[in-house]
Amino acid sequence: MMKVKQVLKRVTKHSLFFPLTCLAIVLIINLIKTPTFFRISLNNGVLYGYMMDILNRSSELIILAVGMTLVVAGSGGTDISVGAVSSVAGAVTIFALVGSMSSDTYRMPYGLAVLLGVLAGMVCGAFNGFLVAKLRIQPMVATLILFTAGRGIAQVITQGFILYVRKEQFKYLGNFIPGVPIPTPIFIATIVVVITVLILKKTALGLYIQAVGINSKAARLVGLNSTLFTFLVYTFSGLCAGIAGMIITSRVYSIDANNAGLNIELDAILAVAIGGNSLSGGKFSIAGSIIGAITIQALTTSLYAMKVTADQLPVYKAIVVIIIVMIQSTELKRMVKSLHHKFLCSRERRWAK
Amino acid sequence: MNKEKDVLLKMRGIDKKFPGVVALSKVDFTLRSGEIHALMGENGAGKSTLIKVLTGVEELDGGEIRLSGIDSPIINKSPQDAQAYGISTVYQELNLCPNLSVAENIFIGREPKRAGRIDWKTINKKSKEILEKFQIYIDETKPLENYSVAIQQMIAIARAVDISSKVLILDEPTSSLDEQEVDKLFEVMRQLKQQGLGIIFVTHYLEQVYRISDRITVLRNGLLVGEYETSKLPSVQLVAKMMGKELDDLSTLNKDTLQEHMEDREELLEANNLGRLGRIKPFNLCIHKGEVIGISGLLGSGRSELSRVIYGADKPDTGELIWKGKRLTVNAPIDAMKAGMAYLPESRIDEGIISDLSVRENIMIAFQAKRGLFHLLSKKEQEEYTDRYIDLLQIKTSDREVPIKQLSGGNQQKVILARWLLMNPEFMILDEPTRGIDVGTKTEIQKLVLQLAEKGKSIMFISSEIEEMLRVCSRMVILRDTAKVGELEGSELTQNNIMRAIAGGGKHDEG
Repeated sequence: MMKVKQVLKRVTKHSLFFPLTCLAIVLIINLIKTPTFFRISLNNGVLYGYMMDILNRSSELIILAVGMTLVVAGSGGTDISVGAVSSVAGAVTIFALVGSMSSDTYRMPYGLAVLLGVLAGMVCGAFNGFLVAKLRIQPMVATLILFTAGRGIAQVITQGFILYVRKEQFKYLGNFIPGVPIPTPIFIATIVVVITVLILKKTALGLYIQAVGINSKAARLVGLNSTLFTFLVYTFSGLCAGIAGMIITSRVYSIDANNAGLNIELDAILAVAIGGNSLSGGKFSIAGSIIGAITIQALTTSLYAMKVTADQLPVYKAIVVIIIVMIQSTELKRMVKSLHHKFLCSRERRWAK
Repeated sequence: MNKEKDVLLKMRGIDKKFPGVVALSKVDFTLRSGEIHALMGENGAGKSTLIKVLTGVEELDGGEIRLSGIDSPIINKSPQDAQAYGISTVYQELNLCPNLSVAENIFIGREPKRAGRIDWKTINKKSKEILEKFQIYIDETKPLENYSVAIQQMIAIARAVDISSKVLILDEPTSSLDEQEVDKLFEVMRQLKQQGLGIIFVTHYLEQVYRISDRITVLRNGLLVGEYETSKLPSVQLVAKMMGKELDDLSTLNKDTLQEHMEDREELLEANNLGRLGRIKPFNLCIHKGEVIGISGLLGSGRSELSRVIYGADKPDTGELIWKGKRLTVNAPIDAMKAGMAYLPESRIDEGIISDLSVRENIMIAFQAKRGLFHLLSKKEQEEYTDRYIDLLQIKTSDREVPIKQLSGGNQQKVILARWLLMNPEFMILDEPTRGIDVGTKTEIQKLVLQLAEKGKSIMFISSEIEEMLRVCSRMVILRDTAKVGELEGSELTQNNIMRAIAGGGKHDEG
């Protein structure tokens, strides 16, 4: 009995316990409402099902959340420009491929165009990093610049048109590669996560970022270059936004500068928060953010499955998010604990009588 | 001149408690008109609490405040109340708005109005008149930030005096001024004094106290030590009173603990004319292998600043550093660290611990920073190192993975020490290593310092406690008013000598 209690305590104390519980609750509700929810079937050589859809659709969010996690950890701020930056990256790639007219022929090798797009994202990130790390502008304000100007830049590149790439191969990245049953975005997200986690585990980067995020003065005095690491996390976030931009544009084989990745930065920040990461910086968990991202997408998909219309969606989403955030609030936990304690005390008193 | 009938302000039996501390206990303070009265004391003596009680920022718990001309004791519940009684304050951090004009700053909150609108003409005209009284000739319509800190300070004083002119409190007014600016401020103060104002002057610059003040009230640990006429109190005695040591209290400290084998000592570090504007005046300093050098001076004398420019925590703007006979350029702490220096900062919370990281990570961080990004120590190595130092320094923690913020102050400090010992540095700067930690740990740290010196390490030890310094230091550098004023060594190292040096070497002894 004692042992069970101890194990239970260890499990509930784990930092991923609450994020996982939240995800589990969302999935269980789905299972009750939609019995076919977990069913995955093979149609036309590709896997279909709600679960596949959730994983597929959450890919770009996962990628952005990974970048956002490091930004939050290393600077105690958020990068609100990632949605706009992915739009810029998409615009650069498609412009490089087809110029300012929709077309079915490439002007340059596909790989090079993708590289240029991702690079554009990185440059945007480096710009944010420069503002935050070197000029010490508040992260919210610094990234607000590209948040607003980014879509304008993308518009300039596309000259205001929605550019289409009418070529089957362009769709591979955001959909399926012929003969592979799993959606490509899941692979890309996995690669990004694995590489990031490897870098964090095999180098001291994770420790450095946390130290800088918690106490940049102390970090400097132990010989860390706080400015450099802050710069790096924003650049990395830009890189992630660039990669996400590739998936987003490939899904719809076009770039709509105004709508590509719209509002996704807010979901990315939310994913970090739902993952149990403190938004004031410091200790972080990439796994938590990934679970957070999947939870958000699971929520969206399941609400659609329950026939909630797209325009009503935000209301329901908000309600669930409020509940999730409240469950994780340490203040609420404390209040519940003290209530529980009071209850125990009063019961003891009654026993005494 | 200073007869009883001139008394302007009388504070009697002032008590003030904060949760867990008695900030003031039965403190008396008397201010006469036409006098400049210095309020002195070390950190935590109760100077600022006394001022806050007087100006209504804090309510007093006991005692009474009387003003001349008012029969009943006055009670100030807010700075506005105090101002209405004629008591105004100019704080160290000026409470002015840099982006408003000079005139606006003088009249803010009490703008003369005409037909419901602010009367700018009168404001500007009056401001000019007020400033001219202080011999300040500037454009009163320009933003305040266009002018130097000194001018801003004068403007703050002008504003304070214009609002109410009975008691003027100047809280550390000279700390950001250069010498000429101080002269100008003192002139203004003398002028105001002649007009019959009573000025309370809070400062830690001894020399300025002797230049300008008529009387001195000394506080220590929330208690009144006494009120003295400046001309009758030699500065050595003032220092003794502030620190709570009597001059003839000759220490019988065990001299064995001092390092006396200094004949064949080798030079490790040399500072030539090193300095940073406004923080520490250029100084020369030589540190040898295996010595514990103490840095002594009053609060604000530049103790920490001296060590910071050596380590590169603040970048020096003049001079050079010679490390083992070669010039060492320190652009950032990492350069000093790589050369073999270690630095334990004065503020453990702000600059030492990385609160959310574990004891292990806090110990490993400097070593890992030196090794670089790509040479991550394996978990096993990290654990071995951590356990060794937890054991060596007897750090009390339930687990090496506990966040450092959950440890007591003394144990946190030991973790920081472990962080640096792990680097095996040749030169350690310890700035207030024993402040705010329990007595047991304090002794352990002192012992550790002596052991390290025996092994040939050099240590710079900074502490505001003289006994502690005497126990561990073999040589002492004395600082006064952000300048190095002397060095004491061997048999010269006595409490009396140190206090004398801090106070200013007999300059004010006669009298």
